[in-house]
Amino acid sequence: MSRPCCQGITPDDPRFAELDAFIRDGHAAPRFLIAVLHRAQELFGYLPEEVQSHIAKALHVPPSEVYGVVTFYNYFTLKPVGKFPINVCMGTACYVQGAGRVLAQFEQELGIKPGEMTPDGLFSLEVCRCIGACGLAPVATIAGEVYGKLTEATAKKLIAEFR
Amino acid sequence: MQFEPVLTKGIGKVDLTNIDVYEAQGGYQALRKALTSMEPQAIVEEVKKANLRGRGGAGFPAGVKWGFLPNDGRPRYLTVNADESEPGTCNNRTLIYANPHQLIEGIIITAFANRITQSFIYIRGEFKRGAEILMKAIEDARKKGYVGQNILGTGFSQEITVHRGASAYICGEESALLNSLEGRRGEPRVKPPFPAVVGLYGCPTIINNVETISNVPHIVKNGWEWYTKITANPSNPKSCGPKLFTVSGCVQRPGNYELPMGVTLREVIETAGGLRPGRKLKAVQPGGSSTPMLTPEHLDVPMDFESVAAAGSLLGTAAVIVYDDTVDLVDVALYWTRFYSHESCGQCTPCREGTHWLERVFARIKAGGGTEGDLKMIADMQTQMAGTTICVLSDAAVTFPVSLLKLFPEELERYINRVKEVRPA
Ligand SMILES: NC(=O)C1=CN([C@@H]2O[C@H](COP(=O)(O)OP(=O)(O)OC[C@H]3O[C@@H](n4cnc5c(N)ncnc54)[C@H](O)[C@@H]3O)[C@@H](O)[C@H]2O)C=CC1
Ligand SMILES: Cc1cc2nc3c(=O)[nH]c(=O)nc-3n(C[C@H](O)[C@H](O)[C@H](O)COP(=O)(O)O)c2cc1C
Ligand code: SF4
Ligand code: FES
Repeated sequence: MSRPCCQGITPDDPRFAELDAFIRDGHAAPRFLIAVLHRAQELFGYLPEEVQSHIAKALHVPPSEVYGVVTFYNYFTLKPVGKFPINVCMGTACYVQGAGRVLAQFEQELGIKPGEMTPDGLFSLEVCRCIGACGLAPVATIAGEVYGKLTEATAKKLIAEFR
Repeated sequence: MQFEPVLTKGIGKVDLTNIDVYEAQGGYQALRKALTSMEPQAIVEEVKKANLRGRGGAGFPAGVKWGFLPNDGRPRYLTVNADESEPGTCNNRTLIYANPHQLIEGIIITAFANRITQSFIYIRGEFKRGAEILMKAIEDARKKGYVGQNILGTGFSQEITVHRGASAYICGEESALLNSLEGRRGEPRVKPPFPAVVGLYGCPTIINNVETISNVPHIVKNGWEWYTKITANPSNPKSCGPKLFTVSGCVQRPGNYELPMGVTLREVIETAGGLRPGRKLKAVQPGGSSTPMLTPEHLDVPMDFESVAAAGSLLGTAAVIVYDDTVDLVDVALYWTRFYSHESCGQCTPCREGTHWLERVFARIKAGGGTEGDLKMIADMQTQMAGTTICVLSDAAVTFPVSLLKLFPEELERYINRVKEVRPA
């Protein structure tokens, strides 16, 4: 999945070539902006200004519009994510089953709030809406894997395991 | 009546994502029938007579909507709304993940009936796996000659493109969805004109929910008369057919259940295992976060569009959210208002400002700092926020607070009174 990316991105970064290949492969029009942003976030892990202006040029869309789209959708992020991104579900089912307490435990273990990354670049924390695993509520995803029936204790244990 | 599942038949028993299994269960026979023996107009008529109502929430008759497409030579598009983001609703998910060919068969028949050659499935960004399942199913269908050029040698061609959204509730609103599909910010457009007249790239466009389209093959295969008989409330001929209910909240077995239109609320809750032992029912939202609450006296209301409306709420997406006596409804209100203030797209002032006000009011009440004036403000906000904006998200945001104020004022007052107690005289 997404690679950690904490340093600045230079124009000769090989991932730009991969992105360009995707654009050339039938996505070179403004209407493919969202598909291209999906691919870019897969490659870079987030969408910094360098990447946005690259896409703006390639698709002939004003940079302001690219920024407008990136900031409109929840899925796109302007900030780098950790090696193990944690997404705590705050959907209805999870919320009533105590997702708030689980989130608080993650915050405490990592010393960060949702939207932030730990200084060592290992973890970042986000909250999300129902991911469709309500039967396992409360759930969180860590590096793309779903962990269900979480408690404060299992949240703590998971962090220790990933560390 | 005896009810056999229609849309979810075989799910959990056989692997319907495998096209051979789907065909062995009778799949793609409706497609064959439609394309080789029916006139497009006859299919539209069949769906009209079956009275297939839109399952995306508003219940608009699908055949009637299709009949609105102008015949002016412009290209036409079909867009399937798979954005499913109404809290508590996850029936589209089951239909996509576990029975993708039923949807694809429905798309091809609908496209044929309306002389459309390009269709889109707009699927919410979170359903990444769902998008992959659909893309694979489309390729499998192509190998069998059901998708692509000259389908079954009839000269009819159909391409289906899967488009992934990127997490924004508002993109489920059909005109926001169209903007998003065009690569832009998902902001709703003013309606009318409806998408049927001015839709994708300014062309006539049909938008239907996943569940709506999944019904189409069955109507074509079995006929409209069969379809209109599927109901648990025959006294209301306006709603019929199988319906997926997503039951969540304080029940023992939350999940998706396929039942006939018109089953009572009681039966729906019982199908989901009923309440936990010792608990009492407090309230139910019958159709998602934007529908007013029903109370225990409504347990015998038939779950169809008209009966739920007569009881003072809406069938909506049939996302039945159950609250028992342990639930603090003020907490629920805070949760919903937070949701809507986050999801307002910000174009209309009543919605952009109103949703944030509501959130702040409920945060204040919950924290114990609410006043009698806040209660009056909630009532006022309805007149300001409902019916004054581009889309109905604004109306939806104020629905639960108003319902709470009307049905359970004591729950709100409890918080207000608590403050009076702690305040020094
Ligand atoms: N499935 C989900 O996740 C969600 C569903 N909803 C539901 O959405 C509903 C509101 O949706 P809207 O699209 O605003 O409802 P609407 O009543 O404006 O339209 C319903 C459908 O009928 C069509 N239509 C209506 N009048 C027409 C006319 N004269 N000519 C041509 N087409 C016409 C519209 O284009 C639309 O496709 C609510 O009832 C709510 O339950 C809301 C949020 C999420
Ligand atoms: C804020 C908002 C969100 C909506 N989200 C969805 C959705 O996720 N899925 C859906 O099918 N319809 C959604 N709708 C309703 C659509 O605008 C539209 O009525 C529906 O897709 C039409 O399909 P149907 O006639 O088959 O129900 C939403 C409406 C509003 C106002
Ligand atoms: S009502 Fe709200 S969500 Fe709908 S268009 Fe206006 S600001 Fe956007
Ligand atoms: S509410 Fe968390 S997975 Fe559904």
